[in-house]
Amino acid sequence: MDTSISNYILAIVTTDEKKVLPGGCPVILATDQEEQEKTSLLLARILGGIVHDLENGLYFICRH
Amino acid sequence: MAILLGIVAGFLARWVMLRSDYRHYPTYPHGQLTHLALGFIAAGLGAVAIPAIAKPDYVAVTFLVLAAQQFRDVRNMERESLNHLEETKIIRRGSDYIEGIARVFEARNYLVIMTALFTSAAAYWLGWEYAVVVATISIAFSLLLMAGSYIGNIAEVVAGEVHFEGSLLKVNDVVIMNVGLPQTREKIMYEGMGVLIKPKDDDARLTLDTPGQRMAIIHDVVSILGSKVDINETELIPIARKNTDKGYLALFIVANETDLDYLIEIIRKVPVLESARGTTLKSYFGRKAAD
Repeated sequence: MDTSISNYILAIVTTDEKKVLPGGCPVILATDQEEQEKTSLLLARILGGIVHDLENGLYFICRH
Repeated sequence: MAILLGIVAGFLARWVMLRSDYRHYPTYPHGQLTHLALGFIAAGLGAVAIPAIAKPDYVAVTFLVLAAQQFRDVRNMERESLNHLEETKIIRRGSDYIEGIARVFEARNYLVIMTALFTSAAAYWLGWEYAVVVATISIAFSLLLMAGSYIGNIAEVVAGEVHFEGSLLKVNDVVIMNVGLPQTREKIMYEGMGVLIKPKDDDARLTLDTPGQRMAIIHDVVSILGSKVDINETELIPIARKNTDKGYLALFIVANETDLDYLIEIIRKVPVLESARGTTLKSYFGRKAAD
């Protein structure tokens, strides 16, 4: 049996630090959209989750 | 003579019922052998019953009843082995499907016993010519009983349109999921397939509502067309969601073989699971509420 956290925001990737507040979730700041996409893709692959888009410049990784 | 005919008929019945294409379990030679052997024993049981009673040998009959108990374990055996296999699957069958398969395997053995029983009875009292006729009818009847109904009988399956609304993936008007990455969206637009499964009546709507039935549909589709999901890359996971107002299902899949016509055909051939079958129209209030 392996244990993992699912249906939980594992990490947030953003280009706009004003959009997020500290709240117990890792927040990764990207300089531009391209870096944001690449970082979230890598994170998703590593964590076994998928990338979701909140449509306000925030991407987050979640495992289902 | 009667016993021999009964055994042959019963064994034949089991053989005919042992369909195994890529959708039907078992696909393993050893699994088939196990079931043929059990079918043989079941046929033997059924075949000796009538001659034993007619003799009369009541001890033998008692033993027969004891032996028949063994076939209840068939269901447990199937359920356990399928449940174990489930842990290592990316797309799971779901426990409804497993329960359905296990029950079918149990029922088949009883049908074998019946076939053998009727055949040996016919041979014992009427002669072998009648036994052949009875055997043929019994086998045909067993096949008829085992046929069950399919999604195609209870619902209409039509092609749906996969599109995005912002980051939301939709099939027609049903939201499937939120997809973040632009390259994933592009891939989905290029390779994704969407299908609508529209229930024909209220019973069908309840059936399609069950997560177990949806898992069964997805499992069957994936086991034939394949899917592009990997262990740690679940972005392209096939999903079936319902339109909460109208009750139809939207199914989304990124398959290895992007052939929409066959996808629709496959969904039509998915069995309706016994445990998922909706029966609201059989109840008084269900019928009242439906109109």
